[in-house]
Amino acid sequence: MRPDLDVVARLVPRGSRVLDLGCGDGTLLEHLVRHQGCRGTGVEIDPDAVLATIGRGVPALALDIDRGLETFADTSYDVVVLSQTLQTTQHPGVVMREVRRIAPLTVLSAPNFGHWRHRLTLARGRMPVSRTLPYSWFETPNIHLATLVDLERLIAAEGFAVQRRVLLDPAGRGRRWAPRPNLVAPGAAYLLRRLGTGGAVAG
Amino acid sequence: MLAPRARVLGQVETQRVVLHDEADPLRLASGRTLAPVEVAYETYGVLSPAADNAVVVCHALTGDAHAAGHHGDPARPGWWDTLIGPGKPVDTDRFFVVCSNLLGGCQGTTGPSSTDPATGHPYGLDFPLLHMGDLVAVHRRLLARLGVERPVAAIGGSLGGMQVLQWAVEHPGELHAAVMIGASSRLTAQNIAFSAVAREAIVRDPGFLGGQYYGDGGGPKAGLSVARMMAHITYLSEQALAEKFGRRLQGRGEDVAPVPRFGVDFAVESYLAHQGESFLNRFDANTYLYLTRVMDYFDPFTDPAGAARVAAAGTRSLVLSFDSDWRFDTAHSMRIVRNLEHAGAPVTFREIASPWGHDSFLLEIPDYHATVRAFLGRAADERAGRVGG
Repeated sequence: MRPDLDVVARLVPRGSRVLDLGCGDGTLLEHLVRHQGCRGTGVEIDPDAVLATIGRGVPALALDIDRGLETFADTSYDVVVLSQTLQTTQHPGVVMREVRRIAPLTVLSAPNFGHWRHRLTLARGRMPVSRTLPYSWFETPNIHLATLVDLERLIAAEGFAVQRRVLLDPAGRGRRWAPRPNLVAPGAAYLLRRLGTGGAVAG
Repeated sequence: MLAPRARVLGQVETQRVVLHDEADPLRLASGRTLAPVEVAYETYGVLSPAADNAVVVCHALTGDAHAAGHHGDPARPGWWDTLIGPGKPVDTDRFFVVCSNLLGGCQGTTGPSSTDPATGHPYGLDFPLLHMGDLVAVHRRLLARLGVERPVAAIGGSLGGMQVLQWAVEHPGELHAAVMIGASSRLTAQNIAFSAVAREAIVRDPGFLGGQYYGDGGGPKAGLSVARMMAHITYLSEQALAEKFGRRLQGRGEDVAPVPRFGVDFAVESYLAHQGESFLNRFDANTYLYLTRVMDYFDPFTDPAGAARVAAAGTRSLVLSFDSDWRFDTAHSMRIVRNLEHAGAPVTFREIASPWGHDSFLLEIPDYHATVRAFLGRAADERAGRVGG
């Protein structure tokens, strides 16, 4: 399993009912079912990935995350996983609001656009292409990039508290601490707890 | 043990078995009893010694037991031969496949055209009204007779998928997997309206004779063919009709200026006329009334415990829709998905891109077939204990 998926898996409590948004080929969910006693559903839009997920025996719903989340009832899952998914959605704010409605816990991993390599490339006048963001600007699925500081502002604004944060190194391995993470960490994974209970964020 | 691999299914035969007699009548959901109940069915592939490789095929409104292979002419295969056969998604090298004509049918299984033992005449409208659960009860009895307690899966399109859903809800744990394609858990007013007009066309035909038309008169031919023609329009998408026929004129050269007249001028009119006409040779008008009524009243999620039972039993569901289907559009499939998913049941869903409308489930569409193949393959592995699940 990819190192960053391993980091995400470790943030998912044992025995949870998990909704994995952007589940890819179902590797993470299969791992959670097999090794952490979880049950779950994957949501994926890529046809080949959906077939691979089905082949693993993981229930898969071929839905567009930007439109299909109303399918899921309030608090119908223990955990929603957004593994390298949020930055590919049309409306990350709306997705976070929906996710908060669906489960009390969210595990979110995302690349950090504020990484020093990206800043350096931008300073030279080019769009960053790196191990964590391997696509040219005109073909990238990552359409809503954020720095860790920006991401954490959205997290707070949408009514979540960060329970744990694991920084990711260029290979996606977890690191608990780094000085100036927004500069040195290529990505991060978070365990988020929603504040309040269900419904909209007060205020 | 699996059968030696064959490239094609080849010639198959419809068999018949009496499942209920006077001493052991079928108890219907309505409380009435029915006997005798004879069923026409076909099987493909070989039942494993552990009887753990059975797949039940449930047919749609006008289908029959002859799902795959052929009856002598390889050019005229069964209605789901695209899906069922050696190496196909419902792989007869691996599965023991059973398909029977539905209760209330007219292709070998007891229905309104069968002889009522009380009178010695065909039942006609004296045949009892049926519930989806009655159709499933007969499938289950046939399986028991064939030595199967728990099939790997039941699979069906349209009304076929509705039987599968009924089965999963009513007999939790019996199906390891349930495959519902272009199906519905509750007809809309528009769906019922189409069925109502089809039934009206039949019963208002002077040849209907209150359902007792089995003598020399030939029955409500005009009504039944109109019902079929209208229904057939709903089975195809507007795009499919446009691509197949456009505004082409039948039997007239392109250079001849069209002169308006009544009659079968447009190619689409000729096609519908043929559909309506050929239907008369193979279908009974009363069966059309009875089976469409079963669909109208089908509503398995009214009892919220139903979906919860599916979840508790762990039956895996595959729900497929086609984006151009307007008979049972994706909203129908999503209703099934939502009910099962909210209850916590494992459910897989895909909307398949296809321009051909409701009838897409009968066609060889790569995304569709690949999905069924992956799902059934996995279900079989799980059932055989080869993988966790």
